[in-house]
Amino acid sequence: MVDVTSSAPAAEEAPPRKASLPHLGKARDFALAMIVPGLLLLLWYIATTQRWTRLIPTPAETAEYMVDFAFGGIYDDAFSATLHIHLLASMSRVYGGFLLAAMVALPLGLLIGRIPLARKTLDPFFQLMRPIPVTAWLPLSMILFGLGAKSAFSLVFLGAFYPILLNTIFGVKNVDPKLFEAASMLGCRGNAQFFRVVLPAALPSIFTGLRLGLGLAWFVIVVGEMTGVPQGLGAVIMDGRTLSRTELVICGMIIIGIVGYLSDRVVMMIGNHLLRWSPTHHG
Amino acid sequence: MAETDTLSAPLPIIDIRNVSKTFWLGEQKIEALSGANLQIRKGEFICLIGASGCGKSTLLRIMAGFEQPTGGEALMWGKPITEPGPSRGMVFQDYALFPWLTVRNNIAFGPKSQGRSTGEVKEICDRFIEMVGLQKFANAYPHQLSGGMRQRVAIARVLANDAELVLMDEPFGALDAMTRERLQDELLEIWERTKLTVVFVTHAIEEAIFLADRVVVMSPGPGRIDSDNRLILPRPRDVASPEFNEIRRDLSARLHSHHAKKAA
Repeated sequence: MVDVTSSAPAAEEAPPRKASLPHLGKARDFALAMIVPGLLLLLWYIATTQRWTRLIPTPAETAEYMVDFAFGGIYDDAFSATLHIHLLASMSRVYGGFLLAAMVALPLGLLIGRIPLARKTLDPFFQLMRPIPVTAWLPLSMILFGLGAKSAFSLVFLGAFYPILLNTIFGVKNVDPKLFEAASMLGCRGNAQFFRVVLPAALPSIFTGLRLGLGLAWFVIVVGEMTGVPQGLGAVIMDGRTLSRTELVICGMIIIGIVGYLSDRVVMMIGNHLLRWSPTHHG
Repeated sequence: MAETDTLSAPLPIIDIRNVSKTFWLGEQKIEALSGANLQIRKGEFICLIGASGCGKSTLLRIMAGFEQPTGGEALMWGKPITEPGPSRGMVFQDYALFPWLTVRNNIAFGPKSQGRSTGEVKEICDRFIEMVGLQKFANAYPHQLSGGMRQRVAIARVLANDAELVLMDEPFGALDAMTRERLQDELLEIWERTKLTVVFVTHAIEEAIFLADRVVVMSPGPGRIDSDNRLILPRPRDVASPEFNEIRRDLSARLHSHHAKKAA
């Protein structure tokens, strides 16, 4: 989105927006980005039409099924025109779990990064817990929260929690000490430094954590929705597997990919705006 | 040291009395500064010069209040310096600007911390942005500026805060020669106009002679003040003049004499 400004580190004039044919450049970028997906699609097409495998549907069949999944009117089975229900169910778990994780991990990270006593008390615990993969929590979360949405929610929470926590701690701990000196000689001392120095200085790192956390939330949702929830994209994929309906599995995968990508773009656009001051934080 | 007559002599802005600073590097005791005495009068331009490890930066950081002496006392207007404060502004070699703030907001940081009104802050910023000639860049972020421009912002930031004493730690050390000369001229012009007191750390003899009223030569191991040289040389100074060169030879000899002593 804002790649233009980052390319001029020591501009003599405030960097002007590149005005020369911006659409052409964008179209070229888009074309380049489409090469690999295009080749993959081609491979998929050849593999399925040449009958290298009989278990995977052709791209055309999948596309047709996708339309039916979204709008119905083609096959009219149990999954026709149910995309929005599943998507909404997954999104509410992903964003709900993510927001809850952010609400807990952010203050905790600020605390651990800033206050030595909190660090000594909590950091060893989190370091011990962190290597346990989210999937390993699945049986336990089913016992604790039962079969269903709560269990999925808790897994998403766990998945998003650590990246946000660790990156927040890192950001807060790694503020350039010179900036504290600069602030204090300008008359900003003690706790006032928290909002005027620590928080803005840690923001790039915090944003990296949020972005990773949201990515992992989408990652975990399929596992989370294995636990017997009736709705959700993960549930669709699992149902597709048990019913041997591969096209359903592929549709679910594609939708998670697209929605996860779009939600990452949104976070990145917000980040690029808030971090437009940072030379290293553009994506 | 002779007793000073406190009635007739005006109070010095900075009074460094027998200050020493030691710290431990593991088991090793480092004497960064030993028995330093220095009085600075209001309006003076002082350069601290010496090889690395001579304690010049330590002395500056004690004046700033970033560090406390382990012996002796550091006074400003007769009161001990216990913590950093807006009356003593520091200009760092690596700028230490707030990267998330525009030029204008970096300069506004101090006045805002003092609780000035929005109108006052704007007026102060306008004045100092103009003083350092960065009107076109008021809304640029530090990473968009050259090194010289960044150091101008750092200077403006300190001046905008009504600092009486400006402490500069090799501020032009990272700049190219041309920019360095231009900033030296600009700094002198600002100093003459504002009647500031400046303590300027450098390791370049020429820079010290070009700028200072007094050049304080320091030597390492343990860090101490070797000599305090008042320069009687009219301004603006000509670096090519014989007088300038004579002083340079003299200071150079002082700087290198203890190197020879140490080597022997």
